[in-house]
Amino acid sequence: MSINIIRRSFSLGLAAVTFAAMLATAPQAFADSSLLNVSYDPTRELYKSINAAFAADWKTKTGETITINQSHGGSGKQARAVIDGLKADVVTLALAGDIDAIAEKAKLLPADWATRLPHNSTPFSSTIVFLVHKGNPKAIKDWGDLAGQGLEVITPNPKTSGGARWNFLAAWAWANKAYGGDEAKTKEYITNLYKNVPVLDTGARGSTTTFAQRGIGDVLISWESDAFLALDEFGADKFEIIVPSISIAAETPVAVIDENAKANGNEKLAKAYLDYLFAPAAQKIAAHQHYRPSDPSAADPADLAKLPKIELVNINDAFGGWAKAQKTYFSDGGVFDLLYKPRS
Amino acid sequence: MTLGITMTALCLIVLIPLSALVLRALSVGPEAFWDITSDPRTLAALKLSFGAAFIAAAINMVFGTLLAWVIVRYRFAGRKLIDAAIDLPFALPTAVAGIALATIYAPNGWIGAVAKELGFKIAFTPLGVVLALIFIGLPFVVRTVQPVLEETELDIEEASALLGASRIRTIFQVVLPQIYPAFLTGTALAFARGVGEYGSIIFIAGNIPMVSEIAPLLIVIKLEEFDYAGATVVATIMLATSFILLLAINRFQAWGQNKIGNV
Repeated sequence: MSINIIRRSFSLGLAAVTFAAMLATAPQAFADSSLLNVSYDPTRELYKSINAAFAADWKTKTGETITINQSHGGSGKQARAVIDGLKADVVTLALAGDIDAIAEKAKLLPADWATRLPHNSTPFSSTIVFLVHKGNPKAIKDWGDLAGQGLEVITPNPKTSGGARWNFLAAWAWANKAYGGDEAKTKEYITNLYKNVPVLDTGARGSTTTFAQRGIGDVLISWESDAFLALDEFGADKFEIIVPSISIAAETPVAVIDENAKANGNEKLAKAYLDYLFAPAAQKIAAHQHYRPSDPSAADPADLAKLPKIELVNINDAFGGWAKAQKTYFSDGGVFDLLYKPRS
Repeated sequence: MTLGITMTALCLIVLIPLSALVLRALSVGPEAFWDITSDPRTLAALKLSFGAAFIAAAINMVFGTLLAWVIVRYRFAGRKLIDAAIDLPFALPTAVAGIALATIYAPNGWIGAVAKELGFKIAFTPLGVVLALIFIGLPFVVRTVQPVLEETELDIEEASALLGASRIRTIFQVVLPQIYPAFLTGTALAFARGVGEYGSIIFIAGNIPMVSEIAPLLIVIKLEEFDYAGATVVATIMLATSFILLLAINRFQAWGQNKIGNV
């Protein structure tokens, strides 16, 4: 019986492999070249639209048909995959620290990669907001409410998720301001906040699923873009977005992985792709998908109107840049780890 | 000749990668090794991984054997279907299993909602981890016990009954000794699988440090921090513990066989 099943699943598997091989080779028969963009978790929908637009644009300009392959996952995991040998031509990650890691550990691009494109190589950014159940039954208005007793907060694990690190730092920035820079009080607030977290998912999408689909928690700390997407996906009658008094400018930078692009013969294409992200067409798409464009002039005013005005702190000014923030808060034995240390 | 081939294959497939792992772990030095080992968070994660795997294996030991018994000894409609379904946890990608289990056992899922009414939580607690491991480990016990049960002869049980033994006595002194080696092997396999399981648990565990964080997640977290050496240290501890436990189970099995052989 079981041998039968093994045999059957084997032939099924074989069929699947053959089919996948057909899929993989079919576009290549027509495509002149292909590009691999390794990105973070919640950008699937964004790059799907942008890639289609870019491929069409490239076709009219050069006559070449190109395929752009996407890879998505937690930002840190994606960076590690590139370091370990995933042949990404370009990376579009959740935070600069992850691209720094690629430059530092694998030397696949220069350390000053961020200066090669405008706005610290950030074509569009996002910020951190709250998603709550419709009608806001727990009356959550600002960061301070999240540390209250008897509340459940959903946010991913900052150790594995880039978005989660932005969440943590945004909460920290609020507390730092609210308590006038008193670090002990800020830490106490953060500890209470994370005590309210019943599930630490490994990525931002996982947290959105936990909150929106599994119905766990009273509030989700989320990428603004993902919060809007959840409204579209699960219905604006179920959830609503709460904008806190202060948040963080979550810069999600992009870079060409020079060594890989060179090896793949994609240098020109990779550079053109990233330039396109800063061009009006891509800016417009990004704004439509609820990202904050670096060049708002190209965006549809109706899309911009949906993005609320929030006081945003900047990672460099408030935390001294990613290298420092990473080391202080998220490294082994850092502030985040201490939150979960048993009191001795 | 056969020994040579076996040893070469074993080295290439098992021993060389594992020794690379151990060497890498030892490269951190004894002090750092001890620091990572004695970290309360590492200990809590190891306790959860081994503890949950042990409980799940114990439950599978009982119910897997019962299931195998029913499939072998009874003829009923749908028997073949159940027989085939037992293999599904093998075939299903573990992530799919995890998501499916989380959907059912979450507070808004079918079973999770009932549990919530009764005042406790299943998904996102260590209980969820145990449930996922029971699901993953069940086929190991059933598939090792089943063929042995098929081989045992009904006559012996009938003889036992004719000689006046009670049903309980027949089970413990006639049936169990025959299937005992397979029974232990299956349980050990389910246990070993449970210790290393990642894909399904990650969706149902909650992943809170010190509470519902499994050791394999700790390894992934260390990798995220580019702490490859630290990750291999945790892996080595898991490896060593598993090896010792499996060795102990093997010894126990051999001891049991000797004992029964003398009867």
